Amino acid sequence: MEVFLFWIFAIVSVACGVMVVLHRNPMNSAIYLVVTMLCLAGLYILLMGAFIAVIQVLVYAGAVMVLMLFVIMMLNLREETLRREGRPAVWVFAGIIGFIVVLRLARLFPDAPADLAMAPDFGTIEAVGSQLFAQYMLPFELTSVLLLIAIIGAVILGKRTTP
Amino acid sequence: MIPISSYLVVSALLFVTGAIGVLIRRNALIMLMSLELMLNAVNLSFVAYARMLNDVGGHVFVFLNITVAAAEAAVGLAILLTIYRTKATVNVDDLNLMQH
Amino acid sequence: MFVDFLIVLMKAGVVIFALLNLAGLLTWAERKQSAIMQDRIGPNRANIGGITAFGLLHPLADGIKMIFKEDFIPQGANRVLHTLAPAAALFPALVVFAVIPFGDVLIIGGKEISLQVANLNVGIVYIFAIASLSVYGTMLAGWASNNNYSLLGGLRASSQMISYEVSMGLSVLGLLMIYESAQLNVIVQQQGELLFGFLPKWGIVLQPLAFLLFVTAALAENKRVPFDLPEGESEIIGYFVEYSSMKFGMFFLAEFVEIVVISGLVTTLFFGGWQFPYLQADGFHWPFALGVLHLPHGLVVLMQVGSFTLKVLLGCWILLIIRWTLPRFRYDQVMRLGWKMMLPLALVNLLVTAIVILLVT
Repeated sequence: MEVFLFWIFAIVSVACGVMVVLHRNPMNSAIYLVVTMLCLAGLYILLMGAFIAVIQVLVYAGAVMVLMLFVIMMLNLREETLRREGRPAVWVFAGIIGFIVVLRLARLFPDAPADLAMAPDFGTIEAVGSQLFAQYMLPFELTSVLLLIAIIGAVILGKRTTP
Repeated sequence: MIPISSYLVVSALLFVTGAIGVLIRRNALIMLMSLELMLNAVNLSFVAYARMLNDVGGHVFVFLNITVAAAEAAVGLAILLTIYRTKATVNVDDLNLMQH
Repeated sequence: MFVDFLIVLMKAGVVIFALLNLAGLLTWAERKQSAIMQDRIGPNRANIGGITAFGLLHPLADGIKMIFKEDFIPQGANRVLHTLAPAAALFPALVVFAVIPFGDVLIIGGKEISLQVANLNVGIVYIFAIASLSVYGTMLAGWASNNNYSLLGGLRASSQMISYEVSMGLSVLGLLMIYESAQLNVIVQQQGELLFGFLPKWGIVLQPLAFLLFVTAALAENKRVPFDLPEGESEIIGYFVEYSSMKFGMFFLAEFVEIVVISGLVTTLFFGGWQFPYLQADGFHWPFALGVLHLPHGLVVLMQVGSFTLKVLLGCWILLIIRWTLPRFRYDQVMRLGWKMMLPLALVNLLVTAIVILLVT
């Protein structure tokens, strides 16, 4: 069962990831990216990261991609301005080099099986929360400041300055 | 059972795909989306290693990474909107004010 | 192993069957309720062989009408997204009910079946994650119609939905702090305890402000009156203007399924879920140490499921009454309410809850 689910999520996420990069229209790329993120959330569940999976759906697929879709809809690009980018030879060359990079990286990956011993409450809200608020308190507070700066920056940049 | 290296291979494939997208595509929106794809691939490798080493710190880092990616997407899109309002293009090759 | 899988499948089947039927009944109930409130009769013409059954055949007639209408895709529209949007709108509404418990443990022949489809550790966060996915159906519907007005309607609807998601999430955090768990069956079980010896610890007793904020935010998420300017029935073009026949039927059904889901959530979080006051697993335990009344197990489970159903139906009925009582908000009023009034109130509620918990323990 787990093997079946892993292969489905892995193949769909990689295929949709490739389609994100290849499509001409940014709207379709955004939809494929949402599907990729949902498949990644499925992979996180298989890796016993239940909290991170729902956070991925809640924040990434549910908020960040909605923001991108908003901007794409507001820009409302016309079909003529979307050119086909990069000659086919460049894509093939890039694909080959990318594949070689993945093969070289795969040699470095550790050889561990998947049913290793783990704590009984691994990946639950309590486990992540107790680490986040005890050991990683400083990064947590710093990201809150970062989010404040990002909100102020986005609001100022997005305002229409009427001449 | 699925060995951890399978998840890492998926992560590597997604990362390389995102990198190719950032380097070859000239549409700023698709470049931002390829960047998000790279960040997602890194998150997957963090969660895989957290599972292997039985350390929830990997999940905490993914949490913070998602937050930073959200902030960066918001500001990046705001910059993109401003550029579109002044130059009416999202193609990064056209954003060239230097003398030829 | 296989029996467990079969049991989960059966529970899921029962839940979806009940949800879809209840949503269909709610369309009839809305029209009859509005008729009663406006001093008229309401739909009573649809009949089979002369038997009108108080208009209960109207949902069936609506469904048949919608199936037989012509199904078209506007010219120049994105065909895949146009077909995908109604499914993307209906899916989150149905799936949220997977973590809502509708009863305590049922013991059949030594096997314990918990009356909850999926007992997730991250129960409440799962509900908000799925609710945030429901924005996609609306946005894709507005975009994929190749129509300027429906695009504007889609943008209106989705910005309203994402504004009220924040207040919805923050208002429930106070409950999380009190019950110290995100699992919904633990929350419902803790609501059976007594406060001051006689008052059940329901969510509305402990967090009344959070209840008001949550109901308002959930109504705004669902785009019901008084927040239904995105659809704006007779005033302004909505986002599903280019949809016909069963695709429009799916949007319509998704809205009514979401009413049932909102009622189910409010029941679980604030009204004790399947808890009947003073009813424990083996019978009634009267307050002030008045005694114990023992009841058989099947009757207890039946009372619990019946109590849950009754509370959900009451919640749906009140939501329908709200629709036909209040006028609709203007769009800037909706946005101002969401960001400038409800968000600070939710944060204040969180602060006061934290202070009270610190003082009590």
